[in-house]
Amino acid sequence: MTGRIEARFAALKAEGRGGLVTFITAGDPDPETSKALVRRLPKAGADLIELGMPFTDPMADGPAIQASSQRALRAGMTLKLTLEAVADFRESDDETPIILMGYFNPIYSYGAGKFLKDAKDAGVDGLIVVDLPPEEDSELCEPAIAAGLNWIRLATPTTDAKRLPAVLKNTSGFLYYVSIMGITGTKQVQEDDVRAAVERLREHTDMPIAVGFGIKTRSDVQSVTQAADAAVVGSAIVNKIASELYEDGSARPSLVTEVLGFVREIAIGVRSE
Amino acid sequence: MSQPNSYRTGPDEGGHFGMFGGRFVAETLMPLILEVENAYAAAQADPSFQAELDELLASYAGRPSPLYFAKRLTEHFGGAKVYFKRDELNHTGSHKINNCLGQILLAKRMGKRRIIAETGAGQHGVAVATVCALFDLPCVVYMGATDVERQQPNVFRMNLLGAEVRPVTSGRSTLKDAMNDALRDWVANVEDTFYIIGTVAGPHPYPAMVRDFQSVIGNEVREQMLAAEGRLPDTLVACIGGGSNAMGLFHPFLDDEDVRMIGVEAAGKGIQTGAHAASITGGRPGVLHGNRTYLLQDDDGQILEAESISAGLDYPGIGPEHAWLNDLNRVEYVSATDAEALEAFQLCSRSEGIIPALEPSHALAHVGTIAGELDPEHIICMNMCGRGDKDIFTVADALGMEI
Repeated sequence: MTGRIEARFAALKAEGRGGLVTFITAGDPDPETSKALVRRLPKAGADLIELGMPFTDPMADGPAIQASSQRALRAGMTLKLTLEAVADFRESDDETPIILMGYFNPIYSYGAGKFLKDAKDAGVDGLIVVDLPPEEDSELCEPAIAAGLNWIRLATPTTDAKRLPAVLKNTSGFLYYVSIMGITGTKQVQEDDVRAAVERLREHTDMPIAVGFGIKTRSDVQSVTQAADAAVVGSAIVNKIASELYEDGSARPSLVTEVLGFVREIAIGVRSE
Repeated sequence: MSQPNSYRTGPDEGGHFGMFGGRFVAETLMPLILEVENAYAAAQADPSFQAELDELLASYAGRPSPLYFAKRLTEHFGGAKVYFKRDELNHTGSHKINNCLGQILLAKRMGKRRIIAETGAGQHGVAVATVCALFDLPCVVYMGATDVERQQPNVFRMNLLGAEVRPVTSGRSTLKDAMNDALRDWVANVEDTFYIIGTVAGPHPYPAMVRDFQSVIGNEVREQMLAAEGRLPDTLVACIGGGSNAMGLFHPFLDDEDVRMIGVEAAGKGIQTGAHAASITGGRPGVLHGNRTYLLQDDDGQILEAESISAGLDYPGIGPEHAWLNDLNRVEYVSATDAEALEAFQLCSRSEGIIPALEPSHALAHVGTIAGELDPEHIICMNMCGRGDKDIFTVADALGMEI
């Protein structure tokens, strides 16, 4: 059976354009607003949705996504509610892939086996678990593949030729290339570096390659997708959410419209040729 | 659980102590962690590495630290003989220097040009700043903004030593968040930076490496106790935050089955209040900061903030080897409250002329609980792992006094 992720990348290829992957944290700034946002992301131009599972200690994330996790947790978000949000989304959209991204402890606490079953049932397509490198594949990666989910791994500028086979093994759906050395949202992506890195990766894999970390604008999206199959925008969208909050942290009525407007704007980067 | 033939052979190749430990880190860090592992293995096989470390431990840190019979406290408790391993007499005032000297020599071997560290009470930060001054390497210490406030003397010391102290305001601004930010720095600066972790936690090989560097404590105790009493101690007691001083004391004795070992966690305002730092007593297994271990966490797997009067014990986790030794029942883990530690702090100051740090005051509180019930021939050895100068403001505040 072909999964939604493969189907979506095949469709993008047929259209002859790059894809836009949008990241937001589930439950940010509150579970209801977040649900409304996710539901409308595809229409605003998101080709794939990456949904953050909030965690108190997101060690690979910069200040913007750390803050989004804290907002969500403060508003009562849990892993169970994240899975419910996915199920809610699936009621109106059976095609847009959803990838859950996060850290292992909440999943471990939920119970790995139960999580995989509930995630699959909710309509999740793939998982990115930042603190599970290939060395720990038996924890969740192998059971996830057995459960029919894509396991998406990050390759980074430190992933050398010696390390790459370990990273590619068990990776499916797409490969996520981290375009900068560092945490999310902190540096500016460099087109030449991305091009060289993607070319290097293509020598080792036929999988679609998405590039993320440091992609903030329509023109970033445009230039990155010249080389890669998709661009991931996270912190910039999350910052837009942060700018649409009252001082007490609650959402302004304009939040959903404004954030979707921003997504629409950056989505032009993959549609303007 | 079946008992192993030896408790001293761990971890396995993947860094596991039973189900605990491991390498739960982002891919960016993996190549670097493997590099540290290889470099440490090579250093261990090189006699000149240990020789250089031994020389520094002796001439710079002041080792061996004395083993001291605490006569007045022994009389006060009216039971077992109480000895202190005087690691508070080390240069920089705690056991932290043992590990820092080892890791900075490793960083130098690896050609690293920049050092980062996390710190809670500031004892580890001061030790790192010290070795960086000694080896002329730039040093950035991450410290929770809350801890910067309550440990001003150590912040000033780090600055005097030439280190940059970066107050961490992410999360809830204590040791856990300092470690997050140190890891974030490392991810962004992998090429030239070495991360000196201060305790027996983090991804493999850190828990084993820090343990090895701290084992000098227990190795010395073994020799010194044989010289003083002609036999091994009956009970070892040490406080536990991450657990490096305890692991350093315990590890050389793990296979001596007659030696009982007790780790004392910080019970803060009391375990039942929820405001504590006792990961084993009040937590359950989880994954944080590169390893699986006992963690304070809520039902959703979100990490809870630890709470203790002692900034050095204020951490929601514990080293994975301790978690393993707990599950095997080889080491007992108990706890002492803020109030009990404060009382022990004052008792020790008055009756021995030793102002202990708040961290070992927890261990001493437990010694006070058990010593009176034990036979006068019973020998307890407690690690006095730090001195209390840094804590005088906190203690004065807790006792309602003004300095």
